[in-house]
Amino acid sequence: MLEVKDLHASANGREILKGVDLRVKAGEVHAIMGPNGSGKSTLAHVIAGRPGYEVTRGRVLYQGQDLLAMTPEARAREGVFLAFQYPVEIPGVSNVYFLKAALNAIRKHRGQSELDAMDFLSLVKEKAKLVDIDESLVKRAVNEGFSGGEKKRNEIFQMAILDPPLAVLDETDSGLDIDALRIVAGGVNQLRTPERAIVLVTHYQRLLDYIVPDVVHVLLDGRIVKSGDKELARELEARGYEWLEASAAP
Amino acid sequence: MTPASAVDQGGAPQRLPAQSMTETDRYRTEFEAFAAGRSTPEPAWLREQREEAIARFQDRGFPTVAEEEWRFTSVAPIARTAFRRPAPGEGSGVRTADVAAFGFEGAFEGHQIVFVDGRLAPGLSSITPEGGLQICSLADVLSREPERLRSHLGRVVSDGASSFADLNAAFFEDGAFVFIPPGLAVDKPIHLVFMSSRGTGPASTISHPRTVVVAGRGSQVQIVESYAGVPGAAYLANAVTQIVLEDGAGLEHCTVQRESEAAFHVGFMAVVQGRASRFKSHSFALGGRLARNDVRQLFADEGGECELNGLFAVAGEQHSDTHTVIDHAHPHCTSRELYKGILDGKSRGVFVGRILVREGARKTDAHQTNKNLLLSREALVDSVPQLEILASDVKCKHGSTTGQLDSAALFYLRSRGIPEAAARSLLVCAFASDVVGRVRIPAVKAGIERHLREQLPGLRDREIQEAVL
Repeated sequence: MLEVKDLHASANGREILKGVDLRVKAGEVHAIMGPNGSGKSTLAHVIAGRPGYEVTRGRVLYQGQDLLAMTPEARAREGVFLAFQYPVEIPGVSNVYFLKAALNAIRKHRGQSELDAMDFLSLVKEKAKLVDIDESLVKRAVNEGFSGGEKKRNEIFQMAILDPPLAVLDETDSGLDIDALRIVAGGVNQLRTPERAIVLVTHYQRLLDYIVPDVVHVLLDGRIVKSGDKELARELEARGYEWLEASAAP
Repeated sequence: MTPASAVDQGGAPQRLPAQSMTETDRYRTEFEAFAAGRSTPEPAWLREQREEAIARFQDRGFPTVAEEEWRFTSVAPIARTAFRRPAPGEGSGVRTADVAAFGFEGAFEGHQIVFVDGRLAPGLSSITPEGGLQICSLADVLSREPERLRSHLGRVVSDGASSFADLNAAFFEDGAFVFIPPGLAVDKPIHLVFMSSRGTGPASTISHPRTVVVAGRGSQVQIVESYAGVPGAAYLANAVTQIVLEDGAGLEHCTVQRESEAAFHVGFMAVVQGRASRFKSHSFALGGRLARNDVRQLFADEGGECELNGLFAVAGEQHSDTHTVIDHAHPHCTSRELYKGILDGKSRGVFVGRILVREGARKTDAHQTNKNLLLSREALVDSVPQLEILASDVKCKHGSTTGQLDSAALFYLRSRGIPEAAARSLLVCAFASDVVGRVRIPAVKAGIERHLREQLPGLRDREIQEAVL
């Protein structure tokens, strides 16, 4: 599904990713862990195509296609989804209608029929339940006046609507209390399917108690220095990242 | 001290004397022809007013950037154009279809009175009788019962308006007169349409429509003024609108300026509010090559409410200048002001908003907000909020921001699959939506939204349109 090969990327002239390799198959959940500044969010942003990063070396293949050559919207239409660490408030833009436009652009691209307003609203009803988000909330302006937890739930709600083959969740656990975390994780778990690949970017092991990953990677100073199963996450929780730092040195 | 004497005393030159002599002389000559050509005699007081106005204009000339009120807007392109007054009948080429394009596509349900080149076009107007409501041609009222207008017509120029208002006072022939009798809540909105034709002669044309609206005690009404021109036509529309709200009256006003891309527009609106009256204004400056709009409001008694909303959207080399004055001359009045600007290309925008809280105007509550969105590096906006508070026990605040499209919001939309051009346009429409959304006449709101959409790329998709709140 996703293949990252020797990816180097910089922002404002500073190299942040220094040769990342990653292979994620359909049906798998991979966790990318690492301390602040290790490059986790940069990796998520480069996969989604956020402007402002320069890829200096390496490739990112998605379903065999060169992802880096595509605009962010083309990636979305191909099925790449990014759940934002900091979802953006957009006053004046309807959350649900912008999502309808997005979904129909994607469906059209996939050769599926577009949904009419009735079908779309019943889809909204169904998916809102998944993350226990109020229907009236999702009909407001995008994230405007939402609490931190509501914003994160809205991200997973959007993911559920758009049904992407590849979802990258950037620190979806940050800023959530334990109840909200359970709800968000529950939503993600219901979206785990054999067809979908999920990449969880997280700072803490906590999220992985609720979304159990197939593979855990440790990102340190722009490189994946260790990969393992869910036990690796527990070890990191107990020992911190310091014991791995020696292996991060070039 | 007049500007002329300031020059004499060695101050900064306020205009180029050689140039303005010929310009003002031209208008004087025009004025003589205008006065001589009038078939029906006007009352002496009006003739005197016109004489005084043209004399004042001759004395002051066109405003220059050396004047505080005009420092951001050069009217040199207007000053150097030799406009001509179109002959009656020249605008007869304007058809119902031309008006319909600016009449909200037939969706507007209400009274409509149309003026072409500043003169009534009865064939294009449709007014149905409604409980003593009067909507008619100002020229008509002047010929039949001129005394009704006497107290109004002289007023504007004494309010310190610019020499454009002097030109209007000297040359106006017609415009709308709207009288809402005391206590009447007008059922349907009233649309005043001012169209400029292409004329039949070679030179650019000029018109000076004058509108007087009197909302009687406790009356209620919605009025829309449209200014538009035949596409490509070059002209100057120099409009003056005077609105009086008697005690307890409520008036919701909307100006939709969609002049042709080659046109100049100068609009001056004076509003006087009686006790506990409510005035709400939505001003959309969307067209024209060079546009200047003044709104001059006065609380003439206690307990009034005033809301001024506005949006200008310019691109290319367009220039749009708005000056507003809200005058809290009496206690217990509330004003809210929200103006927004959208600038693309090499366009230039100006917002100068003055709120004056006079001595003794306690319990004044005034808010002013100005927000501007720059879509290109070459666009430029000047925003000058001015708060002058001479009273105590008041609540006043103002804020002004100018910025570009939010790149984080743009990426957010694109990351969900919205194409870049559509995402940009969606954000621009969203920026405008809180001003446009306040318009309560559905056809007018839809017409403005349509106009904005047509200016923006990537918004043809119906679904994207629906995403604008």
